[in-house]
Amino acid sequence: MLKFLTRTRHHGKMDITDILSWLWLTLGTAVIAIPIAWAMLSSLKTEAEVNSFPPSLIPQSTVNTQVEGYDKDLSVWQWTKTDGETKQVALVRRIGIKATVVDMDKPEKTFQVPISEITQLKDVHFQWQNYTDPLERFDFFTYIKNTVFVTVVATILTLLLNSMAAFALSKYKFRGKNAIFMLILSTLMLPLSVIMVPAFIVIVGLNLADNLWGVIFATVATPTGVFMLRQYMLTIPDDLIEAARVDAASEFRIYWRIVLPLCAPALAVLAIFSVIWRWNDFLWPLIVLSSPENYTLQIGLNAFQGQFSVEWHYILAMTVIALLPVTIVFLVLQKYITEGVAGSGVK
Amino acid sequence: MKNLSAFLFSILDRFMRFVELPTVYLQKKIGVQRMGYLFVAPNMVLFSLFVFLPVGLAIAYAFTGGTNMLIWDRPFVGLENFSRLLNCGSYMNPASCEFDLFWTAVHNTWWYTLLNATGTLVMALITAVVLNRLTKGKALFRSIFFYPVLLSPVVVGLIWKWFLARDGLLNALVLDLGGERTIFLLEVWWSRFWVVYVSIWFHMGFFTLIILAGLQAIPRDIYEAAKVDGTSEWRQFWRITLPLLTPNLLVVAVLLLIRSVQVFDEAWVLTDGGGPGTANTFIVQFIYQTAFSSEVRLYGLASAASVLMGLALLALTLIQVWLAKKAEY
Repeated sequence: MLKFLTRTRHHGKMDITDILSWLWLTLGTAVIAIPIAWAMLSSLKTEAEVNSFPPSLIPQSTVNTQVEGYDKDLSVWQWTKTDGETKQVALVRRIGIKATVVDMDKPEKTFQVPISEITQLKDVHFQWQNYTDPLERFDFFTYIKNTVFVTVVATILTLLLNSMAAFALSKYKFRGKNAIFMLILSTLMLPLSVIMVPAFIVIVGLNLADNLWGVIFATVATPTGVFMLRQYMLTIPDDLIEAARVDAASEFRIYWRIVLPLCAPALAVLAIFSVIWRWNDFLWPLIVLSSPENYTLQIGLNAFQGQFSVEWHYILAMTVIALLPVTIVFLVLQKYITEGVAGSGVK
Repeated sequence: MKNLSAFLFSILDRFMRFVELPTVYLQKKIGVQRMGYLFVAPNMVLFSLFVFLPVGLAIAYAFTGGTNMLIWDRPFVGLENFSRLLNCGSYMNPASCEFDLFWTAVHNTWWYTLLNATGTLVMALITAVVLNRLTKGKALFRSIFFYPVLLSPVVVGLIWKWFLARDGLLNALVLDLGGERTIFLLEVWWSRFWVVYVSIWFHMGFFTLIILAGLQAIPRDIYEAAKVDGTSEWRQFWRITLPLLTPNLLVVAVLLLIRSVQVFDEAWVLTDGGGPGTANTFIVQFIYQTAFSSEVRLYGLASAASVLMGLALLALTLIQVWLAKKAEY
């Protein structure tokens, strides 16, 4: 590891540029990782722990124990005597600066110590209820279900519709083809934020307001998808299609059984992007959806944090749920994603 | 698992045979080449409904008033929406405008765009150059720097809201170093700083990748020749890398401007809707609020603001296309 970190392009010495480079990379990694890691760690803390300040790094909870003669569990404290000797005791009550404690081995006798001499014992504890409670007590299960539905259906439709358009634009000759292609490409420059008001009015006109299909239909035709697939299909030799025609395959069959399977790599890249786009979508679902039973996870999470802004232990747990699928997709397929972005400039 | 997918595929294939039947009939009617119309049709229908029609509607609505949603119920008001939006004592002072929120949003967006575009460009350039020097671990660090791009704006907003909270990690560090506890997102200038900071954090990786692709397109032998001449790496950057990368950087810069003008999602989540007060209210938020979340839904006014923003973006896009063409030669 050390050898890896200290190796340079000029063998042997490490100059100032190398040091600065590594400093930049280390610092950048820390700046990126720390807030995310912090949110993840905090999402596993108990409500009391989340709200305590200064915060603790590792999720902990107080240690409690049962002591003979007491109905309730008592909390365990570390008692550091003035002579430096330490002992574990259970706290009975605390009044002012004095604490009444009991020796756990000899529970019949209580004694008093100054509270400055005792510190509470804690052990590592992951509060998984932060993840299960919102699913049971709030609507998060519905939100997740809706998001999965939108993501899956929109991705399938994205693949089908855009590959059909790309097939038409790459393998057929018909009047207006170039005009249609330019028209589709021009929408690449037109952001949702400019047309969101009339787009919503169209949704209302189609009776799709507050409906998941309204979220889906507006997003499935993407110029990026058409462009990406068209470029790929141009590399498929026309002879292959001609041969199929000689064998009396219908045009639709050629699309479905020949062209589509050959486009698998490009389709896979588009599928990855589509899943990430739809899972993360915010502004459009925010406009279209209005009742909580139709919320997607992003909209539901945003509404929840507005309404229950003090329940950070739940907010953070659901935030982690919202970032998890994308993170897993990225960990598995990072090569395709970074190359796809660098190659086509899409996001 | 394999059996299941094969099974699902056979069902799908059978379904597609039914879909095929009418297309065969159509193919006999119109001929092979015109089948292209059929394949492109579903896409064009959706584009027409959700892109082309809205563009027309945005312009049409901008010239109508009232609060009715349907266009035939709305009175034609000519340029009134525009003149009201642009009615200002002084454009430098939003308080002197009829729609002071719109001009506050314009001012905020202007400053955000300037700072965010500059900050992102500088950080992404440095990161790309540093990544390009690496011989090992390049893919790893590239992935680390790109990762935030894939997160959702809500996730990013909440992660940072938690980090900057009153009892958050940053305040713990500040107190530890002897500083004073600050509620960052409730102070005007701090909140503006963090909105820009979080945006750079969020989107930098995307622009890093694009600049990195540009760096890798610079022929290696130029550097080899410079090295033979004993040119220092620092000098190589200023004399070779930067001049050769400038066309690329200009395109990236304009792309950044286009993206920055549309700031909304993560800033909206982070600042609880543009706060404190209107310190972080941007143009898209103004449009959103005017059309969707105020009690009186002024679609005409929101459309007029959209058209104005659209024109600004169109100008930037034309500049970008022109720069991109120039960069190719």
